[in-house]
Amino acid sequence: MIENKIAIGLVALFVLATTSMFTVTQTEKAIKFKLGQIQKSDYEPGLHFMWPFVNNIKKFDARIQTMDAKPERFLTAEKKNVIVDSFVKWRIGDVKKFYTVVAGDPNQANLRLDPIIKEALRGEFGKRNIKQLVSTDRHPIREMLIQNTKPVAANLGLEIVDIRVKRIDLPEEVSSSVFRRMEAERERVAKEFRSQGVEAAEKIRAEAERQKVVTIANAYKEAEQMRGEGDAKSAEIYANAYSADSEFFTFNRSLNAYKKTFANSGSMMVIDPESDFFKYFKKQGSN
Amino acid sequence: MSWNEPGGDDKDPWSGKGDQKRPPDLDEAIRTLKEKLENLFSGGQKNEDGGQGGNNSPGFFSFGNSLKNIGYIAIGLFVVWLLSGFYIVNEGTQGVVTRFGEYVNTTESGLNWHIPAPIESVERVNVQQQRYIEIGYRSGGGGQAQGAVSVPKEALMLTKDENYVDVQLAVQYQVKDAKAFLFNLADTEATLRQVTESALRGVIGGSVMDFVLTEGRSEVVAQAKNEIQNVMDGYNSGIQIVSVNLQDAQPPEQVQNAFEDAIKAREDQQRFINEAEAYANDVVPKARGAAARKLKEAQGYKEQVIAQAQGDTSRFTQLLAEYKKAPDVTRKRLYLEAMESVLSETNAVMVDVKGGNNMMYLPLDKIIQSKQESHRVEEAATTATDSNSPKHAPIEEQQAPDRVPPLRSRDRNVRVR
Repeated sequence: MIENKIAIGLVALFVLATTSMFTVTQTEKAIKFKLGQIQKSDYEPGLHFMWPFVNNIKKFDARIQTMDAKPERFLTAEKKNVIVDSFVKWRIGDVKKFYTVVAGDPNQANLRLDPIIKEALRGEFGKRNIKQLVSTDRHPIREMLIQNTKPVAANLGLEIVDIRVKRIDLPEEVSSSVFRRMEAERERVAKEFRSQGVEAAEKIRAEAERQKVVTIANAYKEAEQMRGEGDAKSAEIYANAYSADSEFFTFNRSLNAYKKTFANSGSMMVIDPESDFFKYFKKQGSN
Repeated sequence: MSWNEPGGDDKDPWSGKGDQKRPPDLDEAIRTLKEKLENLFSGGQKNEDGGQGGNNSPGFFSFGNSLKNIGYIAIGLFVVWLLSGFYIVNEGTQGVVTRFGEYVNTTESGLNWHIPAPIESVERVNVQQQRYIEIGYRSGGGGQAQGAVSVPKEALMLTKDENYVDVQLAVQYQVKDAKAFLFNLADTEATLRQVTESALRGVIGGSVMDFVLTEGRSEVVAQAKNEIQNVMDGYNSGIQIVSVNLQDAQPPEQVQNAFEDAIKAREDQQRFINEAEAYANDVVPKARGAAARKLKEAQGYKEQVIAQAQGDTSRFTQLLAEYKKAPDVTRKRLYLEAMESVLSETNAVMVDVKGGNNMMYLPLDKIIQSKQESHRVEEAATTATDSNSPKHAPIEEQQAPDRVPPLRSRDRNVRVR
């Protein structure tokens, strides 16, 4: 009998222990309800107790959660459309509010957070042009977004850890014109390269031709000078020699000239028989 | 936080250890547990003894025996339970020990012990494994960009000068703080992906396209790495970015052709210049050569005319010397020799102008033409014919001078004195 009692007692103790104890892990936050009312919500991780049947416990993920919204179109300051993809990192700040306002459901929290973030983004994007958005103002935007959404998110029991703009894209119709512009710009560069090449090549060719012409002309000059010198020298030599007997030179030179002139056969000569050469042709004897 | 609350005070063997942050020393723990258990059971036995004192011996005896057995079994089970607290942490991993969900400590590799389940549990985290994520492409394992599938939506990024670049990036990371890694972020890898995209686009958006595509690669990578690490540290994610690799940074596919053409244009530019230089290298030396030839020719001419002059004058001077000795004879001889040589070469037509009619017609053109024709025919027939024959032929054909129509004296072609 006693054994049974002890056994029953042990079992009862075990059941009581298991139903009256609960653990909160490092990654959780918990709320203890007493008959539906929130009794305690600031649990540290570890082992905790409650009254079975009177209390019940709800646990929530306390880690950093992500709201990765769908990309959305926003207007920039210069009234251009951009497609923005952003994400929000949040965790449960006030677990009581988190339970009461969004029913402790991360998805619902995301749904509620989404318009808030979009609104804030719209505001910040409307103040800036694309250049600022893409290159310079990412950090200021982030600061402003966090600052502006923090109080609103706190009403949902959320603590905003970070809001970041992931992508800023141009709409497809615009991006295709960006591609066209890039193409045109590359074409410009290509043309520039090619025509610069032609320019340089033309210069080199022209310079080469100039050198050629100048070289030849200079050579011509020197050559003619040299020929002139030769002619002068030879004239001098002839003059020196021939002036010894001018008449004989003329005679001798003339004879040579006749020989040379009629040297090629086929010439035709009409001769007056009275000439000196035929002096003896008609009559013999000295005249 | 008190295991012993419902069960009383001293019966809990762990009462002393519960508050300790470190796991209790093993030997000591087992020893004290044993002592306490023995005390407990022996004490229980005494009490039972006292309570059952008046009963018959068989019942008492059996009950004492069974109690003893139960005690032994309990001790055995307890020891087994204690032994189940041993665990091995592999090299390169860390064990994160939690007690009822609360973080206790992080253990290094080797044999470790924790208070067995369900009180403490351990989660092992590999802190040396290199994990990676890919942005802009999916390699399907391996982390290499070759054979990877591009993800244009991720890869296309706007630059500062509003151009698009196609960037593919791989981020390698490892866990640097196992506790933080486990407890702080709901989805570390997805978060890292988002943060990487955001940071990379921030960096690319702050640079102009040419910079990203050419010399700025390493700077882009360094900036991105810094930014990613900062943000992930801000989330207390417990990860360390080991490396950020820019697998590829290219102009987008849509404009690849134009970009390639621009590169080709740069090559073309060089080519044009090289071709022109080749032309210059061809033309200029040739011109120099031609110039040198001209000069040499001129020099040759000069030397030639001088030499000729010297030759001519030398001949003349010598002839003159002899002429001076016998002027009349020499003069006549020279004249006759010259005439002989001239007339023997030419077709002479003798016309007695004074005796004849003043009107004389010589069909010179016909004579010359017929002579040339015969000349040509003969040349064609026998090229090796004696050189005299062509000269004779026209003479034979020639008509007698008296049959020739009279020629006016003024029409004479040549007059030989």
